[in-house]
Amino acid sequence: MSEITPDLVRHLGVLARIQLSDEEVERLTGQLDVIVDNIAKVSEVATADVAATSHPIPLQNVFRADVPGEMLTIEQVLQNAPDAADGRFRVTAILGEEQ
Amino acid sequence: MDLTRLTAADLAARLASGEVSSVEATQAHLDRIAAVDADIHAFLHVSAHALDVAADIDRRRSAGEDLGPVAGVPLAIKDVLVTTDMPSTSGSRILEGFMSPYDATVVARSRAAGLVPLGKTNMDEFAMGSSTEHSAYGPTRNPWDLDRIPGGSGGGSAAAVAAFEAPLALGSDTGGSIRQPAHVTGTVGMKPTYGGVSRYGAIALASSLDQVGPVTRTVLDAGLLHDVIGGHDPHDSTSLSDSWPSFAAAAREGASGAVLKGLKVGVISELPDSGFQTGVSESFRAALATMEAQGAEIVEISAPHFEYGVAAYYLILPAEASSNLAKFDSVRFGLRLDVPGGTVEDVMARTRDAGFGDEVKRRIILGTYALSAGYYDAYYGSAQKVRTLIQRDFDEAFGQVDVIATPSAPTTAFKLGEKIDDPLQMYLNDVTTIPANLAGVPGISIPSGLAAEDGLPVGIQFLAPAREDARLYRVGAALEALLVDSWGGPLLDRAPLLGGAR
Repeated sequence: MSEITPDLVRHLGVLARIQLSDEEVERLTGQLDVIVDNIAKVSEVATADVAATSHPIPLQNVFRADVPGEMLTIEQVLQNAPDAADGRFRVTAILGEEQ
Repeated sequence: MDLTRLTAADLAARLASGEVSSVEATQAHLDRIAAVDADIHAFLHVSAHALDVAADIDRRRSAGEDLGPVAGVPLAIKDVLVTTDMPSTSGSRILEGFMSPYDATVVARSRAAGLVPLGKTNMDEFAMGSSTEHSAYGPTRNPWDLDRIPGGSGGGSAAAVAAFEAPLALGSDTGGSIRQPAHVTGTVGMKPTYGGVSRYGAIALASSLDQVGPVTRTVLDAGLLHDVIGGHDPHDSTSLSDSWPSFAAAAREGASGAVLKGLKVGVISELPDSGFQTGVSESFRAALATMEAQGAEIVEISAPHFEYGVAAYYLILPAEASSNLAKFDSVRFGLRLDVPGGTVEDVMARTRDAGFGDEVKRRIILGTYALSAGYYDAYYGSAQKVRTLIQRDFDEAFGQVDVIATPSAPTTAFKLGEKIDDPLQMYLNDVTTIPANLAGVPGISIPSGLAAEDGLPVGIQFLAPAREDARLYRVGAALEALLVDSWGGPLLDRAPLLGGAR
């Protein structure tokens, strides 16, 4: 059995910035437990002598020419923003009261 | 003549000769969408100005402008691809109404080729799923049986071409999202070599696995669309700078069948018939026999690490997805919940809980787990090693055979709701398609027939070495020609009629 507990799932939710409800934490704990038990088998064949592959067809030193490209305007960048002011994204308080 | 029943190649020829106008062709498809899409729900958005685009193509053609080979042919676009003139949601509430300031490269190239965008097609949210049931906007239905799934994540694109709502569609394939929907809808789906088609403007799911490709009714049509969208794109740093042959030409050449003589077709011993629905393996074996009768040689090969593919995939994909989906932060675009007195982090966490569906949250949490300190080596690191082992299996196999063949998926279309509460069963559905994404090799699914026990479509998948996409078009077109001939017409001629009494 894996180590998936409700507390771990709640913590992962904090890391992923998803405020999970208690019902979601409970459901996810059971589902992830089954899934992790099944995917843990990768360690059976992943021995130390096997190199890791991060990209299927690796390319090196992919650069573009060092010239100004066609960029989005500030208006285009902000056009989908939930809130904006003075050419910037506007958000609620960055810090809470106790911080 | 019903213009919606023509292949894209046939329609393109009639457009070029002036027999048919793009406005007529586009109107016919819009009428078809109006008639059947209430049942199918392939489209999330239908373009309000498709007829204007078509009229412009007609005007340019009559002015003597030299247009490309598919100019004026309608196209459906999977909603994972961003478009400036239609919303792009990737099937998610968190992007409801999002209007991209730029076009995905494949969309820009389609427009430049004169293809006429009809609309955006439905998909599992952020392409996470095998049934389209995870779309935030409701499922798509399979034109062969409205109670069954059209596959996923690109069920909308596959259903649109299967229901004759569009002759061509764009899809994306991260673990089978082009090929598995093709299998269950009796259509053709091609996942190109990784890097063969630009990912710029494809809303990223798992960047090392995602690949955009064609969704069509024939192999030639897939080649025509691949020719339009493929090739190097400086906006995508994983885009290959290779020069590619014409895939339409490869399909035309393959249709003669000569390619089958002496072709070595690998069949994987670790994927025994017992792992498939009876009608699926029967159809697969019959297709192999058809190829053998034309001089192909069936060779048993071993791919001992493919059985670890699903496990590796469901570590790598969630890990990459959890990073890619961090951009939905309620600040720059997308949904924002009003949380009185809440900090930006409170707003973010509430918004992401409300805006993401269950499957997306499941995979983000799983990916966050796989990447977290103390687990990284055991899970993500090991999965990357499995990726190496699967690449080696492919290298070894392609030392012995020209192509590998598998059934495209374990079963025919299952019922809507059948697997929705069992994520692991849904994941296992991708066992045949995932290895190609892990290794970056191209794969195509073409119809092989109907399963005897349920009368539903079955697909056969061919895999080739990286960069050998043209080989798949030659082999696919050769088998397609033989099978269509043996059936007395395309498989989709046997699909039930839609839009009337049922």
